[in-house]
Amino acid sequence: MDAKPVIELVGLEVCFGERTILKNLEGKFSGRAIGLLGPNGAGKSTLINTLMGFYPPAKGTARVFGHDIRTGIRSVRRLIGYMPENESFIAGMSAVEFIRFMAELAGLPPEAALERAHEALFYVGLGEARYRKLEEYSLGMKQLVKLAQAIAHGPQLLFLDEPTNGLDPPARQRMIRLIRDVRERGNLHLILCSHLLRDVEECCEEVLILKEGRIVQYSNLEEERRANRRFLELEIEGDGEAFAAAAKDLGCECALSAGRRLKTVLADGVEVRDLYRTAAQCGARIRRLSHKRDSLEDIFLKAMSNGNGGS
Amino acid sequence: MAVYKRTYQPYQGPLTPAWSRFLVIARQAHRRVFDSRFLVFFFVLCFVWPAVCAALIYLRHNAGAIELFKINVARLIPIDGQFFFRFLGWQGSMAFLLTAFVGPGLISTDLRNNALPLYFCRPFSRAEYVLGKFAVIAMLLSLITWVPGLLLFGFEANLEGGAWFRDNLWLASGIFLGSWIWIVTLCLLALALSAWVKWKVLAGALLFGVFFAAAGFGTAVNAVMHTDYGNLINLPQLVRTIWAGLFGVRSTGGIPPDSAWTALAGICALCLYLLDRKVRAFEVVRS
Repeated sequence: MDAKPVIELVGLEVCFGERTILKNLEGKFSGRAIGLLGPNGAGKSTLINTLMGFYPPAKGTARVFGHDIRTGIRSVRRLIGYMPENESFIAGMSAVEFIRFMAELAGLPPEAALERAHEALFYVGLGEARYRKLEEYSLGMKQLVKLAQAIAHGPQLLFLDEPTNGLDPPARQRMIRLIRDVRERGNLHLILCSHLLRDVEECCEEVLILKEGRIVQYSNLEEERRANRRFLELEIEGDGEAFAAAAKDLGCECALSAGRRLKTVLADGVEVRDLYRTAAQCGARIRRLSHKRDSLEDIFLKAMSNGNGGS
Repeated sequence: MAVYKRTYQPYQGPLTPAWSRFLVIARQAHRRVFDSRFLVFFFVLCFVWPAVCAALIYLRHNAGAIELFKINVARLIPIDGQFFFRFLGWQGSMAFLLTAFVGPGLISTDLRNNALPLYFCRPFSRAEYVLGKFAVIAMLLSLITWVPGLLLFGFEANLEGGAWFRDNLWLASGIFLGSWIWIVTLCLLALALSAWVKWKVLAGALLFGVFFAAAGFGTAVNAVMHTDYGNLINLPQLVRTIWAGLFGVRSTGGIPPDSAWTALAGICALCLYLLDRKVRAFEVVRS
């Protein structure tokens, strides 16, 4: 984990009129790739937009790489790249003109901006189509152009808002591959906002789950999976109930269903071979054993059901 | 491009000064304006009247030409406040038409294509965005108003001598200030309408409406109420009243210059308010 948090939320509240959208968000997030999850209306896009200074905080503040969004939004924007959710482009431009223009607005000199525009378009796979007008691009190509404009100026933090929206499976795979590649090679941090759990699972190491404007879960996906390695699913032949009772005596948590399917969490110090031994002693046989790893879906659903809105 | 370069690399080179970035918008927009043959033709047309004025000034000081064409010098238009007032009146009309062609698409297309978040997620403020769009029109209008106006003044001063220059220096400031008043008004109005109407054609039509319909309505108010204060919503009349003061000619509008200044300042303030409301990365629906 990096010493300096990428994003720090300090009692952040954002209101639209009377409605409070983000409620007293607190936390420090240092992950290389953070997935932002939540149901519709949870405040994911509002959080991203607030971090970019599009919405003013009603209370509290946030810091991006230590720069306060209330007092140093220009410094924040110098460090970020943003791929918006909606179709966003400037009419009448070719892709290379568009990326160059965007890079120049970010402060690159014209020659460097042009060079970076070509590089970014080749990188996202639009090299051959870079002189075509943006209006003629397909939806998938427009998504790639949006990614190119977000990275052309070399940001340190990349906000990706629903990057695979409307993409067919091959295009989605390509986008995911690109995002992972940017993350690995670019020495940058990224925040991916998506309602597709699979996208977040494939690209992110950490996940921040929002519900009704509050943080209900922030977890490291890999650690979460490791923590669940002692969760087993067993199929028993013979006296399943006797085996479950014996396993409980060993200190394991057990849940038996249909008399032969057992879900168990191994107690500390208990190994899988102890279960086989116990089964033999009870006159039961273990026909199948599998490690159950929590998927992001499990984590998300757990957060949704447990989340009472407390951050 | 070399295959080995087809990878993502962070940019570590120098950056341009922050104050100059609004000019990127102007440069890009001008490139597109001059892609249109019609606009290039119209822009060239805008220099016909300054050329005619330059010819008049030249004729007044060329004894050979006066003799050759048997011109009565007394009948030639004198180069005074009235001359530059007329010059600015004509060029102001051309400036309005040029604004009507260029202005309406400046912000409306960005709004229609959701481009504003792309501008504002960079170290680029809303004020710089408006300034950049303002510069697009202001640079073009400058080239057809105060720049040729001051060149004509310089030409006349060169031919007349230092005494004329010293005696008429106030005309130069009138040309400069009068032009900028018109430029600022036109730019703000065009940008505000462009920001409020996402359809370029409609924004253009509205610009004509604001000028001609409001002028017509003002005239009707004058006729019905037997007053001159209907001219306060007649933009061309307001500006003519202010120019008349700057060039020392008689105003025909019937409204005091102070009222004209106040009305124009109010219109500009309203335009700035409208821009402030609409030029945002995202519109917030308050419920």
